[in-house]
Amino acid sequence: MRIESAVHFAAALVFAPLLLGIINRTKALVAGRTGPPLLQAYFDIFKLLGKGAVYSRATTWVFRLGPAAGLAAVALALAFIPFGGAPALFPFSGDFLLVVYLLAAARFATVAAALDTGSSFEGMGASRETQFSALAEPALLLGIIAVARAASGAESLSACLGAIDGRTWAASGPALALAAAAWFTVFLAENARIPVDDPQTHLELTMIHEVMVLDHGGPDLGYIHYAAALKMWVLGALLAALLIPVRTGVWAIDGAAAAAGMVLLAVLVGVVESSMARLRLVRVPQLLIAASTLSVLALILLMR
Amino acid sequence: MSGSPLLMFEHGGLAELGRVPELAVAEFRAHVLDAVSGGARIATFFGRPAPGGAVRLLIVLSEEYTGILSAAATTVYDSYTALTPECPQAHWFEREIAEQWGVVPRGHPWLKPIRFHPSYRDGKDAWHRAEAPAAGDADFFRMEGEEIHEVAVGPVHAGIIEPGHFRFQCHGERVFHLEIALGYQHRGIERRLRGGPNARTLPYMETLAGDTSIGHALACCEALEALAGTRVPTRAHVLRGAALELERLANHVGDLGALAADIGFLPTASYCGRIRGDLLNMTAVLCGNRFGRGLVRPGGTAFDLAEEHVRDLQRRLRAAEQDTTGAAELLWQSSSVMGRFEDTGAITAETAQALGLVGPAARACGIERDVRRDFPSGIFRYAQIPVATFGSGDVFARAFVRALEIQRSIAFLKAQLDTLSPGPVLAPFGACAPNALAVALVEGWRGEICHTCLTGEDGRIDHYKVVDPSFHNWMGLAMALRGQQISDFPLCNKSFNLSYCGHDL
Repeated sequence: MRIESAVHFAAALVFAPLLLGIINRTKALVAGRTGPPLLQAYFDIFKLLGKGAVYSRATTWVFRLGPAAGLAAVALALAFIPFGGAPALFPFSGDFLLVVYLLAAARFATVAAALDTGSSFEGMGASRETQFSALAEPALLLGIIAVARAASGAESLSACLGAIDGRTWAASGPALALAAAAWFTVFLAENARIPVDDPQTHLELTMIHEVMVLDHGGPDLGYIHYAAALKMWVLGALLAALLIPVRTGVWAIDGAAAAAGMVLLAVLVGVVESSMARLRLVRVPQLLIAASTLSVLALILLMR
Repeated sequence: MSGSPLLMFEHGGLAELGRVPELAVAEFRAHVLDAVSGGARIATFFGRPAPGGAVRLLIVLSEEYTGILSAAATTVYDSYTALTPECPQAHWFEREIAEQWGVVPRGHPWLKPIRFHPSYRDGKDAWHRAEAPAAGDADFFRMEGEEIHEVAVGPVHAGIIEPGHFRFQCHGERVFHLEIALGYQHRGIERRLRGGPNARTLPYMETLAGDTSIGHALACCEALEALAGTRVPTRAHVLRGAALELERLANHVGDLGALAADIGFLPTASYCGRIRGDLLNMTAVLCGNRFGRGLVRPGGTAFDLAEEHVRDLQRRLRAAEQDTTGAAELLWQSSSVMGRFEDTGAITAETAQALGLVGPAARACGIERDVRRDFPSGIFRYAQIPVATFGSGDVFARAFVRALEIQRSIAFLKAQLDTLSPGPVLAPFGACAPNALAVALVEGWRGEICHTCLTGEDGRIDHYKVVDPSFHNWMGLAMALRGQQISDFPLCNKSFNLSYCGHDL
């Protein structure tokens, strides 16, 4: 284990909620508002951790386990995510499958907890979440395979993203761009951002992710918010590593470039959310299938 | 309707109660159904106690192509043959009559209470209940089947809105049926008005539906002025018209912003939120209150407008016009917005006509229905505002009609402020005529507001009936949801933006 890997892991745990602050500040800036403080997500999480929780008599241990299990799964996934040119904490051959499955496990915990409430709202949210993530998963996986192929068949996320540099982009730029577009779509969908979901809405009937956690409160909700921030970091780090091919070998420079990439990504999400409306729910699968198609195209381009 | 026994009278005048023809139930039904099939609409339909424990039903029909109102009455005891199966417009009115007076409209397809209060007639209850149930406590329409699921929303909502209960019968994301239960805000306003007009009358009107203070206050004043024969000064007519249009502007702009917010389109949502505030502040220039409370009074207006304020309003109007045009254009130019608005929650003109929809909801179906043109009163007798319509009947049409009305109301306001002539704004308001009936129609921002005032022997209010546009339109919302995605309900709901308290009274 390299020291920079441990530093990156710790930095992710600390800075992940900051991405939300940057997105919200960007949106506020575009709308001409001051907006909430950059650290609002931290304040919210700490406030929630200090509260008690209320549990409905209709729920069981599944409901209580959901948030903690979800957080654990996402935090574990973080250990296999490289940052900049530096490898992850525990890279191994085929770790990308484990990352995708850990994200799926977190989702399973959330969905199971939502179904445990027996609420029609949460049932609807669970149904939407599973439907859409089933379509987002191939886009992500096929994109990873394409990137791995571009990086001359590296087998772990750390190896393949670490091998992406200016030369790789020069050699297979179009394929990498297609994969990045697919990943960005998955990033928006998986993190419940516009155009797939609206993180700011209060309208239960239109929600996807938020509606599944309506019955959670206190520390549980804090875990859920924190896990959502970590998940954004997990997928964001993949995108940043792909799109910012700065591989000088100097840890500080590569890391700073990747961090700048994360900030830019958050700003980009804020700009997207400030300039377009949500899709109709029936159109979301089409968007995700289009993302999968982009990944397949990237793969085909690399099959020559 | 030549040869009809119905009493015809002009809007803005009064009719002696004794001249309203008393028909047998069968005759009453035949004439009403005949008139409705000929294109008339039910403006109001209500019961009031008659001697011998009976209930006298009074109906006022409006014919928009002639501008004539007609009235008829019939006396019933415990039941009568319902109009609703042949005339869906009567659906909500007959449920109201059943609930208030314990009269059963036989053959009514869905006879349920609408406000959940005890019957007004001692010992008579349409459902033979010992006591009134809690609001919303009733059987809902249900579909059966393995794959059908039911979603209940409200009465407590996630947003800061009024209470109402929505029950969806869904197959996956698709809505088969929506039933709306209201009544959570029933305050009994109509009954509190008896014995008036007095100091409380107008405050009740202005808070009847908080976003339609001017609309309801104006309708009430026009009814009372017709009964008292008051001649309102021209300048007061202009100020009232200006206040009514400013109320329309503020609400329409707010609605465009809220529609944008519902689909997560922030630019228009942010702009409109601010512009709505600007428009409300313009109403405050008129009378010191952002919602126009205290402005409209029987005989005219309680406040005059100084010359400097006229210039101030003209300046602000120009700014608001530019801002709203830009904010609305952003909507139509964004494909992501149009993708959400178009073909969502469409209702056909036939459905709208059958249900008797009013206001922007009706005009969005291509129906030219606007009280300001069809039954003009006040300033609208002298100045016309073109009727804004669009044919597609979907969320886009309801938004677009609002945007058109914003433009036209601003043009009207500018013209009126440019030519405002000096003069008094308040005429003395005398006593109301005894045993008379006056009907006042006002095009509020949601649509036709109908106030019916009946005086007794002493010239005091004996019976007062309010029909808020929401009363006609809630059924329209339910119909608009058929076959739609449940996730589009908030958007459809906002495109109607109906009043809960205006319905519940």
